[in-house]
Amino acid sequence: MQLEVLISKFQQKDEKAFTELYRMYGDSMQGVIYNIVRDHAIAEEVMQDVFIKAWNNANSYSAEKGRFFTWILNIARNAAIDKTRSKAFKNSRKNLDAEYFVDILQHSDSLDDQTDAIGIKKFVSQLAKKCIEVIELLYFQGFTQKEASETLDMPIGTIKTRNRNCIKELRTIVLK
Amino acid sequence: MDINAYIASGILELYVAGALSENENKEVYQLMREHPEILQEVLDIEAAVVKLTAAASNNKNAGLLQTIKDKLTFNTSEADTKVISIAKPKYNWLTYTGWAAAIIIGAGLFWTLNQNKELESNLNTAEIENAFLEEQIANSRTKLADSKKLLDFLRDKDIISVPLGGQGEFANTYAKVYWNKKDNSIYLDAQGLPEAPSGKVYQVWSLKLNPLTPTSLGTIDDFNTDDNKIFAIANANESEAFGITLEPEGGSETPTMEQLYTLGVVAAPAP
Repeated sequence: MQLEVLISKFQQKDEKAFTELYRMYGDSMQGVIYNIVRDHAIAEEVMQDVFIKAWNNANSYSAEKGRFFTWILNIARNAAIDKTRSKAFKNSRKNLDAEYFVDILQHSDSLDDQTDAIGIKKFVSQLAKKCIEVIELLYFQGFTQKEASETLDMPIGTIKTRNRNCIKELRTIVLK
Repeated sequence: MDINAYIASGILELYVAGALSENENKEVYQLMREHPEILQEVLDIEAAVVKLTAAASNNKNAGLLQTIKDKLTFNTSEADTKVISIAKPKYNWLTYTGWAAAIIIGAGLFWTLNQNKELESNLNTAEIENAFLEEQIANSRTKLADSKKLLDFLRDKDIISVPLGGQGEFANTYAKVYWNKKDNSIYLDAQGLPEAPSGKVYQVWSLKLNPLTPTSLGTIDDFNTDDNKIFAIANANESEAFGITLEPEGGSETPTMEQLYTLGVVAAPAP
């Protein structure tokens, strides 16, 4: 089914469309959320919030504003970050280390089951620190280019080209 | 526009990341529609990022989709309309007759309760009337007994009847004494006397005529309040006449002759 059609049906509260979109983006959102909260139970809680929110606010999405993936990615990142700011979360996880997504990939057992696992594991192990940082900030944390530029203390132009090269490298590994 | 240069700038990677401004997003969207190469580039970037981010998931969320679905209400429109169309006729006669029955029963109950209340109130009134009548009967019985007693007294053969005539300016007054010499008592019938003015009382006198000697038989203190104006008075005297005067309250030692209302002489007993 065409993505546009799928999204249109999703916006008309079609259960099958919802299931399909979940199948397409569920794992991705779970990865982003888990990377932020670093707790399986909390990640599941946030996942529920995210997809229920997406369902209830489906009509606020329009293709003009961006990709559907990007739209739901934003919801997921915001929900996860909100969670880390909650009092209960702070009390239970006071010493949350500033880790990058690569730690999860390097220590994940379930990754072995996936088709692209070996490639991704290889990718992240080979990935230069500059790639890890920029991917973490732009995709996993949702920084704007300006925020990323300030955080990494480099010009926006450099951020753009570096990110472009890192993703290009990723594509050669996962999209064959 | 140099499409390749545009792609190479890295803006599309930021577009997928959601790191662009609203205007930049609109611009990319327009270009995607015009240039299939740009759209394809975006799709590839997106696919790679989806795979990378998915790799970071713990990938153990098999039951999660169902959990989420349970919390959502899906628009399964066919089933909904069917349920409504089946349910509607069911509603009609059963519901309405049910309500009608409930209203009728309710109204009936209300009427019965009201009726019961009214009957109770009637019963109450009847009971009060009954008690009142019983009291009247009791009173009447007492009065009847009194009357019988009086009648028996008057019919006694030993009774001497003495009419007392009005005197002087009280000529229009009268009284009667029924004297039973045997038990030394008199009944005074004083119906012919006016009510005693306040501060004054009637005093009854037994008289001896030769010489004229009055003996007080007492005052009638309850004259004004008495119903039948018949008074029982003890009299142990050999009376030759009876008189009634009006005296100041408490009575007098001797009769005030100016206030002599009635006087009657006892007729000589028949031989």
